[in-house]
Amino acid sequence: MSDVALPVSAIETAAWREARIAWLLASPAIVLMLLFIVLPTIAVIVLGFTDFELGYGSFRFVGLENYADLISDRTFRRSLWNTTVYTAIVTPISIALGLGIALLIESEPRGRDFFRTVYFLPVASLLVAMATVWQYLFHPSIGPLNSFLALFGIPGPNWLGASSTVLYGLSIIGIWQSVGFNMVLFMAGLTAIPRELYSAAEIDGAQSAIDRFRLVTWPMLGPTTLFVTTISVINSVKVFETVKTLTEGGPNKASEMLLFTIYQEGFVYLKVGYASAMTVVFLAILVVLMVLQYRFLDRQVHYS
Amino acid sequence: MTQSWTFGRVFRLTLLILGALMFLAPYIFMISTAGKDQSDIFSASLSLIPQHFAYMANFTKALTRVSMPNLLLNGVIVCGLILVLQVVVAVPCAYAMAKLKFAAARILMAVVMLGLLVPIHATALPLYVAFDKLALLNSYAVLVAPFSISVFGIFLFLQFFRAMPDDLIHAARLDGMSEAGIVARVIVPNAWPAVTAFAIFSVVAHWNDLFWPLIVVTNQSYATPPLGLLFFRAAEAGDDYGALMAATLIITLPLVIAFLLAQKRFVEGITMTGLKG
Repeated sequence: MSDVALPVSAIETAAWREARIAWLLASPAIVLMLLFIVLPTIAVIVLGFTDFELGYGSFRFVGLENYADLISDRTFRRSLWNTTVYTAIVTPISIALGLGIALLIESEPRGRDFFRTVYFLPVASLLVAMATVWQYLFHPSIGPLNSFLALFGIPGPNWLGASSTVLYGLSIIGIWQSVGFNMVLFMAGLTAIPRELYSAAEIDGAQSAIDRFRLVTWPMLGPTTLFVTTISVINSVKVFETVKTLTEGGPNKASEMLLFTIYQEGFVYLKVGYASAMTVVFLAILVVLMVLQYRFLDRQVHYS
Repeated sequence: MTQSWTFGRVFRLTLLILGALMFLAPYIFMISTAGKDQSDIFSASLSLIPQHFAYMANFTKALTRVSMPNLLLNGVIVCGLILVLQVVVAVPCAYAMAKLKFAAARILMAVVMLGLLVPIHATALPLYVAFDKLALLNSYAVLVAPFSISVFGIFLFLQFFRAMPDDLIHAARLDGMSEAGIVARVIVPNAWPAVTAFAIFSVVAHWNDLFWPLIVVTNQSYATPPLGLLFFRAAEAGDDYGALMAATLIITLPLVIAFLLAQKRFVEGITMTGLKG
């Protein structure tokens, strides 16, 4: 009996040892994940059902009251709407420009590194600092942009100072900042397309560059495009730096955006419970976006 | 690859050059305006060359109002600590998940995937309350701690480790190496491309982050570069754009120089880690 049992228990011991070592190696990560991701996420959901305010000792559960308040909160609704508009402007334009520039750079053998560096530079620059530069460029009276427009007799608007244009101003900065990021992702996607496909398409009669793009490049880039789209939408929804630095949500809440509103309610007015409910909405938006991405990914035809 | 100068090519190059000028315009005006005095700024905003070279005056203002060296040093300390902790925590965990058999690996994977969805903006409120209770606000600890765990790092290393041949690890085990030794001397050296890519991603993200430092730091001596610039803006009331541009120039320069020196790695790193923004 013991002759048979011994190797089994030896294997068991080895397996047990391996599991123990795995636990040891993973334990710091597990503890920190619980501490800084899992628990705070649960806490923010729970806090969303309370009237907790920092500085007050006690708090009570108020059920869905915070969410009911959110529905009628004009600032929050304005904030959701502005974030939607900003995302609807920045995402498509930065994707189209990123793809366009990637295609132009790929088709031109000269200066490839130079152009890639220039268009990528904003990604590597401190956004708060560059936002300050944009504020100067946009300045209604001394800003270069309006001086430039004046050369053609066009009266420039008060970009960041007027409620009718502030979202466009912030969008321009957002586009400028994210195009280079999308461009390098598209460039990586483009180099992964096998050259033979282009010659095959040519033999099949795709003579013009537009035909080749429609028949080969665009479908082959499908996964990259989906990927870039998801990141761009999420990054646009998370816009904060430019709002905080340049407009503080103004004028007249015309540039009030989701994260800035959460910041304001939670960390300036210290209404933690109410801001937690807002955060849950923000998290729900992120979850919906990810689910949408997986849905698309499932349906997409892969050419690999 | 020699191409002739066709119309199409000239057109494409022209587009690229015009676009490049538009993308560079903020930098050009930043450098130019950093050297202008107030009268220059208010009179001729389109001329790029300052009429009274005020670089010295503007840079002195920028360097004296807020301690720039202190800001940059804080940026280096915070980003450096975050990066080291992230790698030290994530690499062993990813190795265990990729190469060792243990029951929790699947649950752990689910937590990592969910964790990828949760940015600091979502966890900031309870974390702030907790750090406030612990009286840890205004410290390096509060700036670093929440980022000591990077689920994205685990995810990235995991994929990289899975592609590594098992023979490599078996050979090391036969040589009598401990599992910790294997991680340090076999896995990490072989995972260097992933570590570099992650390092670039991490440093760019945390050097630029304003949200968390803004919440937890009110004391200027712990300010990171973006927060310090906000303080500078607040101190510099009015339209002293010359000094403001000098400050932005000083604060933008380190990362831009790092990018220009190692741009190939930068682009590779960002492409490899592009998954997360």
